[in-house]
Order: sequence, then C-alpha cells, then structure tokens
Amino acid sequence: MTTLPLVAPALRTRRRRNRLRVLLYLSPGLVGFAVFLIYPLAMTVWLSFTNSNMFSPAQFVGLRNYRFMLDSDPQLWQAVRNTGWLVVIMVPAQVLFALGVAMVTARLKAGAGLFRTLFYLPALAPPVAATVAFVCLFNPASGPVNHLLGLFGIQGPLWFDSPTWSKPALTLLSLWGSGTVMVIFLAALLDVPAEQYEAAELDGANPWQRFRYVTLPAISPVVLFASVTGVIAALQYFTQAVVAANVANGSIQAAPGYPDGSTMTFPEELYTAGFNQFHAGYACAMAVVLFVVAMACTLVLLRRASGYDPQHTQESPL
Amino acid sequence: MSPHRAARSRARRRKVLVWIAQHAVAVGLACAFIGPIVFVLLTSVMTDQQSLSSQLWPRHWQWSNYTAVFSTAPFGTWLLNTVVYAVAATAAMLLSSIPVAYALARFRFKGRNTAFLAVITMMMLPPQVLVIPMYLMWARLHLTGTIWPLVIPSLFGDAFSVFLLRQFLLTIPEDYLNAARVDGCSELKVLTRVVLPMMRPAVVAVALFAFFNAWNDYYGPLIYTGETPSHWTLAVGLASFKTSHAVHWNLTMAATVIAMAPVILVFLFAQKAFIEGVTLTGVKG
Repeated sequence: MTTLPLVAPALRTRRRRNRLRVLLYLSPGLVGFAVFLIYPLAMTVWLSFTNSNMFSPAQFVGLRNYRFMLDSDPQLWQAVRNTGWLVVIMVPAQVLFALGVAMVTARLKAGAGLFRTLFYLPALAPPVAATVAFVCLFNPASGPVNHLLGLFGIQGPLWFDSPTWSKPALTLLSLWGSGTVMVIFLAALLDVPAEQYEAAELDGANPWQRFRYVTLPAISPVVLFASVTGVIAALQYFTQAVVAANVANGSIQAAPGYPDGSTMTFPEELYTAGFNQFHAGYACAMAVVLFVVAMACTLVLLRRASGYDPQHTQESPL
Repeated sequence: MSPHRAARSRARRRKVLVWIAQHAVAVGLACAFIGPIVFVLLTSVMTDQQSLSSQLWPRHWQWSNYTAVFSTAPFGTWLLNTVVYAVAATAAMLLSSIPVAYALARFRFKGRNTAFLAVITMMMLPPQVLVIPMYLMWARLHLTGTIWPLVIPSLFGDAFSVFLLRQFLLTIPEDYLNAARVDGCSELKVLTRVVLPMMRPAVVAVALFAFFNAWNDYYGPLIYTGETPSHWTLAVGLASFKTSHAVHWNLTMAATVIAMAPVILVFLFAQKAFIEGVTLTGVKG
C-alpha cells in the first residue's frame, strides 16, 4: 500500500515516454498515411461527385458521373471487358504456369539454383523494356516467333496488331515475367514435409493423388495469395497495354487501345479521362469503383491468411 | 540374372529416364525464358537493314548502335534522371521505413494491429485510385513536370518496404534486444547497433526492390513528367523511342538493353538477397 504512490509517478512518466517514442518512430508512416492515403482518398470520393476538370473550381453534380458510367459510355464497357479478360484468363494462366515451372524446378537434382535464376531473371526486366522487346519478337513480318512457327508449317497470327491476338500476346508476356510467383511457389513446395510424400507413396498414391492430397493442401494459402495479388495487379494493368499499343502501332497519336480498342484497360480509360480529356470528376468515379473492387480482393486475402498476429506470421504468407 | 536384380536395374533405368526428362523440360523452359533476352542483345548490334529481316544472327556486329542511341534521343539525360530518381527514392525510403517497421515489429502499443492493417491496405491499393487528387496536389505546389512528386512520398515510408522489414524483424529473437537493453543501451542504440547489423539482408533486399521499382516505374513519371521530355526517365523515353524517332528495331533494342542491363547485372551480383526477400514476403512491390 505504501509503495504504490511512490511507484506510480515513475511508471506514468515511463508510459508517457514510451508513447512518445512509438509516435516518434511511427511519425514518417503516420504523416505518409494521412497525406498520401487518407487525404487523396477522401478527395477522390469527393471529386467523383463533381464535374471537376482538373483546374477550374468543381461543382457538385451528385451521381451524374456514376450514371454516365453505367448508361452512356460504350468505350468504358470495352475497357471493363478487357480488364475482365485479364482477370479471368491471364491471372489463372500465370498462376498455373508459375506453379508448373516451380514444380519442375523443385524436382531438379542438378543445377536447380541456376535454373531458378534463369527463370526469375525476366521478372526483373523493366515492364516497358520487356514490352518493347515482345512487340519486336512477335512482329508478324520480321519477328522470330512467327518465323519459328513457319518452320512447323504454322501461319503465325498478327499478335499485337490483331484484336483477337493482342491480349493472348500480352498474356505470353506476363507468363515470361512470372518469375516472382514462381519463386514464391518454389519456397512453398520445398517446405512441404518429405515424410508426407513418403507416407502417401506407401499408401499407394499415384503422382496425381500425391499432388491433389499432399501438395495442394499444403500450398493452398500461397495459391490464394498469388491469385489475389495477381487479380489486384490485373486491375491496375496499364504499362504493358499502353506501351504495346504505341510501339505496335508505331505512332504516338494512335487511338488508345490499338488495335481496335482491344488493349484498352480500365486504368487506361481512367488515365485518358483524367489526363487527356480532363474529366477529373469522371476519372475519380472510375477510381472509386477500382478502389472498391481492389479492397474487396484484399479483404478476401486477409480473411484467409491466418491473421497478422506476430506469432503466426512465419507460417502465413502475410 | 535373378528377377530381383532385373527389377532393380529396371527401377534404376526408370530413374535415369525421369532425370533426363525433368532436365530436358528445364532446359527447354530456360531457352524460352532467356531466348527473348538473347534476341534483344543480338538485334541490338544488327545493321538497320538486317534488323528488319527475320535473320537471327548479326552478319555484321554494329556496336555503334549503342552510341547512336545517345545521339538520336536525349538518352543520357533520361538515364541520369532515372538514376537520380531511383537513388533518391531508395535513400528516402530506407530512412523513413526502418523506424516505422521497427516500431510495428518491436513496440507494444494500442492500435498496432490496426497500423499493420493500414500498411497492407496501402500496399494493395492501385495507384490509379489516388492519382487525380495527388496530381492536383503536386500541381498546386508547382512540382509537376519534375521528379519530386515521385521522390518525396518515399520520405514518409513505403508500405511494401515497411511490410518486408517488419516480417524480417519479427524473426530476430527478443533476447538479443533485451541483452542490449540490460547493458544500458537506449532504444535508438538498440536499433542502430544491434538490430540494423542483423537485418542487413532485409535492408539490402528492400533497397534493391525500391531501386528497381523506381527504375522500372512508368506510370509515375508518365503522369508527373509527361509534358517535359527533359525530365523523363528511361521508361518514358524508351516507350516513346520507337514511335517518336522513327528509328529501326536495332536502335530500339539497343535502348532496351540499356534499360534492362543495370537491373539484370545487379541482380546477378545480389541474387541471394533478392530471392530471400521474395520468399520472405511472398510479394514484390
């Protein structure tokens, strides 16, 4: 009883010093969070209800931007369809391909390190450089890809110049650069305990059953993680689409989405509305839609990851 | 030969065949992954005429393409801008993100989980969501047309780096830090003298990721320097190279090599840190 009043003030100053220290260490992050996230996010939402044109004062127009988006912007729907194509076809292709390559790499006895390096290398190439290289590589006239196909008697398509083949060509580009996902899968595969495979083999499981009942359950959190981050990346797909269209068309004045709007993505539509046509209010309405979809994906990821508790962090991908 | 030994040699032959099949697939994949890079290198030294044909091997090695790139476009300026952007952004990020990650991993305080959730949210947020207000903000500060809007945000922490550093810091046993504290180290000394040397691999990894992200960034420089070619970075310059200079593929590929080479060379020297960084977080920025 008598010691309590003596200790309490010392404890209180220590607590206060602790709190100050936490604030000090966190301050760059807190300022960044307020200035580069909360403020612009609030502004995006506000501007989406205005007719802002970037520079003169904005007027409140209610839901007009959203109604225009739903009713009368045909170009937007093409962009939505293209982005949807990327989400539904490109992302699963990339995840499956990376998983396949990781499984081959995991089994290698000789030169596993070298192969891993070679497979990862393209993932580092600057997206602009990789895209320019692919447009040249898939050039219908002089590119080696169609030349190679010709050796097998196949008439190669026009790739980046064909509305049908432009997105598959971009998908090949993304497969080429999928080394990051591959490395993540590889780490997960090497973490699966060997005893589990031995036990399954003793029980007479064939390779497919071993994959289905041992590998897949063990790596499923990583598959989910790769899929969700892949979807978020597909939602912001911009650089490769824009650069491929410009370089393939050969003119800086080309209509965006060349050929025939087939590479026009949602973020590109947003960029065009905001920075070419100065319809900032409308672009912000698109940004709000993008925000909602991206956050929904993040929520799925957080729900499934077994929490962000420090004790469990090593096991969960987050 | 006894049936037992026959079965054993059959098993051994099967093992060898599987070994060959697996490595054949791996070699095939390696060719597919490295092929485009080799193709770019070869095309970059071809003559104008040959680069328009479908021949793969340069008949005449025209190394002057690399100097021609610098004389047909302000490539030197773009290269310099890119280096400045990447170095400044990386340094600023390290200065701000390390303390934030340390606090998130090592201090107990109310709202720590919420703060970490905020970091993940920022990491997952497409840049397009915030770009219009951000552009207006920098325009009001008269900083559009420069690389400052790209560098300054790094001074206030980078979500991906904070995330990666925090994950690494959690793996350092608390005992080390307590030993230093018992010896009378202040918290700042614990961070700089004990923790920082131990987290060198993670710091190298985030520094490389930040550097390459800035080097590879197209969206940011396009938005903020789009109208001012003298402030462009390599990514923006390269994207417009083929179209605005009406040059041939050989020069475009030489320019592509110049944009790719630093990244690939640095990676080859610092592979371990890189791969560790990727597997530690499961993500690249």
